[in-house]
Amino acid sequence: MVAQKVEKEPEEELEPKTDFGPPHYSIMLHPIIKNNYGKWKYHEVVRPGVIKRVAESGDVLYVVRFGSPRLLSVYTIRDICDIADKYSDGYLRFTSRNNVEFFLTDPDKIEPLIQEVQEKLGFPCGGTWDATKGEYGLTNIVHTQGWVHCHTPATDASGIVKAVMDELYDYFTDHKLPALCRISLACCANMCGAVHASDIAMVGVHRKVPKIDDDAVRRTCEIPSTVAACPTGALKPDMKRKTVILDKDKCMYCGNCYTMCPGMPIFDPENDGVAILVAGKLSDARYPPQLSKVVVPWLPNNPPRWPEVVQTVKKILETWATHAEKYERIAEWIHRIGWERFFELTGLEFTEKLIEDYHRTPYLYTTFRTSAAFRW
Amino acid sequence: MPVVDGVELPETPLLDELEKGPWPSFVKEIKRAAVESEKAMKAGKKIKLPGAAKGLLKVLELSYKDKRTHWKHGGIVAVYGYGGGVIGRYCDLEDKIPEVWHFHTMRINMPAGWFYSTKALRAICDAWEKWGSGLTNLHGSTGDIILLGTRTEHLQPMANALAYLDKLYGSPAPFDIGGSGSDLRTPSACMGPALCEFACYDTLEACYQFTIRYQDELHRPMWPYKFKIKCSGCPNDCVASKARSDFAIIGTWKDEIQIDQEAVKEYAKAGVDIEKQVVKKCPTGAISWDGNELKIDNKNCIRCMHCINVLPKALKPGKERGATILIGGKAPFVDGAIIGWVAVPFIPADELIDKCCEILEAIWDWWDENGKFRERVGELIWRVGMSEFLKVIGQKADVRMVYAPRNNPFIFWRELQD
Repeated sequence: MVAQKVEKEPEEELEPKTDFGPPHYSIMLHPIIKNNYGKWKYHEVVRPGVIKRVAESGDVLYVVRFGSPRLLSVYTIRDICDIADKYSDGYLRFTSRNNVEFFLTDPDKIEPLIQEVQEKLGFPCGGTWDATKGEYGLTNIVHTQGWVHCHTPATDASGIVKAVMDELYDYFTDHKLPALCRISLACCANMCGAVHASDIAMVGVHRKVPKIDDDAVRRTCEIPSTVAACPTGALKPDMKRKTVILDKDKCMYCGNCYTMCPGMPIFDPENDGVAILVAGKLSDARYPPQLSKVVVPWLPNNPPRWPEVVQTVKKILETWATHAEKYERIAEWIHRIGWERFFELTGLEFTEKLIEDYHRTPYLYTTFRTSAAFRW
Repeated sequence: MPVVDGVELPETPLLDELEKGPWPSFVKEIKRAAVESEKAMKAGKKIKLPGAAKGLLKVLELSYKDKRTHWKHGGIVAVYGYGGGVIGRYCDLEDKIPEVWHFHTMRINMPAGWFYSTKALRAICDAWEKWGSGLTNLHGSTGDIILLGTRTEHLQPMANALAYLDKLYGSPAPFDIGGSGSDLRTPSACMGPALCEFACYDTLEACYQFTIRYQDELHRPMWPYKFKIKCSGCPNDCVASKARSDFAIIGTWKDEIQIDQEAVKEYAKAGVDIEKQVVKKCPTGAISWDGNELKIDNKNCIRCMHCINVLPKALKPGKERGATILIGGKAPFVDGAIIGWVAVPFIPADELIDKCCEILEAIWDWWDENGKFRERVGELIWRVGMSEFLKVIGQKADVRMVYAPRNNPFIFWRELQD
C-alpha cells in the first residue's frame, strides 16, 4: 500500500529567511516622484483633498487624498489597487493618519477619480488644508485596536472613530476650520496611538481597581514584575500565598499591572469609559509643542455609537472653530482666551477630577526644550 | 440569519449600526472579508482560515453587547529566528467561536514613507487571503502593515510567503517582519523629499538605513523596553516624532530662510494678507513687510515653519540643512506622557545617518546596562540625570536643550568631593 501523500504548499517547504529588511522605497515610487526626488519647488491646494506639487523640472503631480477606515479587507485593498492602476500608474501611498493618496499627472482625471473612489469604495476626498488661505480641513483620526483585537482596552477604537467621523464628515471634505486639528483615540492609557499631544484626544480609562484572581496570579504571573509594574506602589507581594495584595487607595486604575499579569483583570463594563483631552500639538509652528490636558474625566462606554463622546468632541471642535482666529490651533486659542473662557464657552464642567496631576514625571523635565525651535 | 451573495452572516444588530453614516465603515470591511473569502473558497481558491472574519464579527458583536474585550493575553508565538513582530492573541470564547480562538497579529515592515506599487500590495493581499483572516490595518500606530488574525500553524508559512513574495506572488520585492516587544520598533518617516519641498534631509533614506543596519535589534527583543525612531523632514513634524518616538530626528536648517521677493508680492496680489497672516503670526516678531519687501531677522528666527507653510512658493528653508535630535518622547506608561526634548541641537544632513547610528548605539549600550525592566530611555534619563546622558552621547550642555536654566542652586559638585 502506498501511503497517501499530503500535498504541501510551497510556503511550507521553503527555508525561512531572516533579516533582509523592508523593500527599498525607491522601487515603490511613482516615476514622476522618482525623477523629482528632493527637487520639489512648491505646492498649492487645488480643492479640498487635492494638492498640486510642482517640481523644479516643471513636472506636475496632483496628489489626491481619501479617508479610509484603516481596517481594510484584502478585497478592498485590491479595489484600491485597481483604481491606482487605472489613474495613478500603479502607485499609491498611505499617510501617517490612515488616508490613501493617488498620484495623477492629468488634472482632467481628478474629478473622475474622486467619483470612482466614492462609488466603488465610499471613501471621501479631503483631509487636507490650505495654509496660504488659512482654511483647514479635518484629517482622519489615528487610533488603536480596541475591541477588534486588543486584550487590555478600556473602550473600543474603530467604533467611536466611525461615529465621530460620521458626525464631523463635512469638516473632512471641506476646508471650514481655522487651523489644524488633529483628533486621536487610544483605547487605554498605554496609548499605542500616543495621543497625548493631540488637539482633541479620546482615551479609554478604567475607574475601578483590578480584581485579583489569586489562582490565576499563581498560575500565570511573575509576581516581582507585576509588583514593579505599579507606578504608585499600590501592589505588594504576598509571599505566603504566592499572590499580590492591592492597596485600593493608592491605585489609579492605569491597568499596567494587568498588562503584566492576566490574573488581575481590570475591565469593568459599567465603569470603564472615555476621557477627553484637548490642546495638544506637535508642530513647532507659532506656538511650542504641548501635551494634551484632561477636560472631561469620564464619559460612559455607550456602544454602538457613543453619543456622549461624539457630542462632546463635536461641541469642543465647533466652539473652537467658531471662536478661534485663523491659524489658532486649540492650544493657541485657549492660550489667548484662557481656560476660564474655554470651560464657559464649551459648557464643560470643571471639577476636582481635573486638578492635582499625576506627578511621577520629575521636575527636571519642565525645563527641557520639547521643540526644535530655538535661535542660532 | 442574513445572507449576502449566498454567504450566511451572523446576526450583528449592534455592529450594523456602524454601517450607517457617510464615513467608510470598518464593519463593512469585516463583512466583506467574510463574504468574499467564502465565495473565493467555493470558487476553488486556497483559504487556510475559513470563517475567520465571520468569527471576528461574532466576537465583536459580543464585545459591543458586553462592553468589554474578549481577547486574552497572548502566549509566546513567533516565527523562525525572530523574537518579535508577531503578537499572540487568543479569544476567551474558544468553545463558542473556535474560528478565532487563535487570532495572532503579524506586523510587517512597511516601505519608508508608506509608498507602494500595486504589485506589492496585491501580492500581500494574495498571501494574506490564503494564510490569514484577509483583514489588515493600513497601518498600525507605529507604521507597520498590520495583518490581523491567523492561527499559530500559519505564522511560519505566512512569514515565508512574505520572505518569498517576489518569487511566489509577483511582488517587486519580499517583505520582512516588523518590531514588537522590548526591541527596536519599526522606524518610520514622513514622505520627505519624495513629495515635499520642506524636507531638510532625506527622511526615507535615513529610515531605510536605520532599519537595515539594525535588523538584529528590530527582530530580537533584548532591551529593557521598546525603542522608537521617527524621521520628520521639518519642524512641522507630520509623523509626530516628538511625542511618538524615543529618538526623533527633525529636519531643520542653520542659515537664512530663502526668500523669493517676487513670489511674496504675487501672494499679496492674490489676496494673502501678509501683515496679518505672516508678520503678526511670527512667534518672535522676526518678520517685517513694507508692501514691497519681506525681511526676516534670521538671528531671531526659531525656524517654526509658519511663514514657510503660508507662503510655500516664496519662502524655503535655508541651504545649510540638517536635523535636531529630540530624545525621550513617550506615552503615559509608566512615568507620565512626555514630548521628547533636545539632545543634539544640530547634525549636518550629510553626516546625519552615520552620526545618528553612533549616538543610537551609545544610547542602547547605556540603557541596556542601566535601564530597569520596562523603563523607557526618557525615564532612565530622569532617574540618573540629563548630565549623565550627555556624557553617554558625547554632547556638551547647550542652552538650546532647555527652555530656561534651573530654578534651584542645589547643584551636584561631585568632582570637588573627596
